[in-house]
Amino acid sequence: MIKTLKSSRKFMIGFIILGIILSFTLLYPILDGGDPFEMDGMRFQPPNAEYKLGTDNFGRDVLLELSHAARTSLYVGALSGVIAIIIGLIVGLFAGYVGGLLDEILTFITNMFTIIPPFIILILISMSIDSRGAWLTAMVIGFTSWPWTARAVRAQATSLRNRDHIYIAKISGFSVAKIILLEILPYVASYVVMAFIIQLASGILQESAISMLGLGPTSGVSLGMMLNWSIMAEAPRIGAWWTFIPAAGIVGLVTFSLYLMNIGMDEIFNPKLRS
Amino acid sequence: MSNYFKYFLKKFGWYMLTFVIAIALNFALPRLIDGNPVDTIMARISKGMTDSNSIKNMYDNFLREFRLDLPIWQQFLYYFTGVFRGDLGTSFGQYPREVTDIIRNALPWTIALQLPAIITGWLLGNILGAFAAYKKGVFDKVIFPMALFISSIPFFIFSILLLYGFAIVAEIFPTSGSYAYGMDIEFSIPFILSAIRHHTLPFLSIVLVMIGGQGIGMREMSIYELNADYVKYSKLMGIRESKIIKYVFRNAMLPQITGLVLSLGTVIAGGLITEIVFSYQGLGTVMFEAIRGRDYPLISGCTLIVTVTILISSFLLDIIYGFIDPRIKAAQTEDN
Repeated sequence: MIKTLKSSRKFMIGFIILGIILSFTLLYPILDGGDPFEMDGMRFQPPNAEYKLGTDNFGRDVLLELSHAARTSLYVGALSGVIAIIIGLIVGLFAGYVGGLLDEILTFITNMFTIIPPFIILILISMSIDSRGAWLTAMVIGFTSWPWTARAVRAQATSLRNRDHIYIAKISGFSVAKIILLEILPYVASYVVMAFIIQLASGILQESAISMLGLGPTSGVSLGMMLNWSIMAEAPRIGAWWTFIPAAGIVGLVTFSLYLMNIGMDEIFNPKLRS
Repeated sequence: MSNYFKYFLKKFGWYMLTFVIAIALNFALPRLIDGNPVDTIMARISKGMTDSNSIKNMYDNFLREFRLDLPIWQQFLYYFTGVFRGDLGTSFGQYPREVTDIIRNALPWTIALQLPAIITGWLLGNILGAFAAYKKGVFDKVIFPMALFISSIPFFIFSILLLYGFAIVAEIFPTSGSYAYGMDIEFSIPFILSAIRHHTLPFLSIVLVMIGGQGIGMREMSIYELNADYVKYSKLMGIRESKIIKYVFRNAMLPQITGLVLSLGTVIAGGLITEIVFSYQGLGTVMFEAIRGRDYPLISGCTLIVTVTILISSFLLDIIYGFIDPRIKAAQTEDN
């Protein structure tokens, strides 16, 4: 399977971009060793020999801040992705396999939370909690962004419901949980990996959106928080591009690389799309 | 009873229920987590205040303002009917301005930005997507990867890039605001020109990303439809190509309407953040300022208006969808 993935150019390009960003966030803080919150420079210094990406409105090293911020954003994306996938899987599998009234109720809830924007619920919860760690933001994003996965998993589970091996399992007296776990889950596994990649990307987006509004984590630094500080300090009007272009660029690159990986995998697992 | 009417009733019922639950969430979430909102507000406001008498007075005022002296179901009823009475409370940050008054001033700017951008982006994206699927060749090979790149970047990140390129480096467009500083809002040519100039970059950032996303979806749908049996059969029958294209386009477009309904929340939320990037004076910027100033009534007023707007637009789109989709008119009334 790894061999097939390697042969997909789209997947590999995405994977390499993501790998570079990931190693930057893991290695640069060790390499530099400094405290990202130390305000040792002047305000809004342009990139120079000492500060490769200049300083922000607090006189902090942007490059060092960026490495910590990207790490937080990836962490929030991954944690929220895991939560969203688990909820989406449970809801989708039960709705699709069990069907009937349970399906109608679960589908109603899923549809409702796609129409009521998750972003609004994210705001409502975040504004009510005074001190928010990155993990809390991740949890809230995870708990609001599962409907997409649930919809897709439900569709897959419904189509599997009437397969022969499911009937055999039923006749053999397997419990519902056992059938879902052993007979359906393996069939949707490749799909789950792809859905996780999309949830990861959307988690990073949601984090940067909510942080730009000023309702992100209240401690530490994330890419969205850097954008928020930059806009609050009116950096665009001053022309201090180094305080917002690199952070925006990393968000864009991460999401682009994840989408590329997703399309690459889709082409492998979905032979209809292969050209 | 016609099928369309049944479809309409079913959708109407569904949206009414969702509407009530959405308002209930707006009402309940901050209260559930915070307990009593007045305590939180007072804890912040009364920091440093020593006169216990005036603290007590303020507390009672806020208690009445939030109707916290009433039982919870009456509070909710009051909140719920407030949506229809146009009463969303009083702003803390811009006291004593009414929340509805602030929103009324901001909402037209947001609508003027988002409505044309979403419609233009959706239409252009679908036309380009269908064109790419039909023409194939260079057009498809160049446009498709570009669309993929653009659509994978969120609006507000794209707006930051546009801001940098066209307002800071090239200085073609202004960096912030909705019209030139010091101008009065009036119906005059200089004002309209200034508003359009300020409108361009935020508008473009929504339109371009929309085109990318919609174009990719439409291309996929069109390719799928072009390979369908009915197209081959129609060709064998000798039906004119323009007529076949019309069928293909209509069939491919229907899921795109559903797609728009499902993504509307994300699109509108992204548009609100775009406003912040350009300090465009719509709802997004109002919300940003409200969060900065911890102006709770204003924040929840904004979330409520955004939720209601999204629900109404989704409902309208679903109604139009039922009108266009021949299957609903013909027989089925199932949920889509």
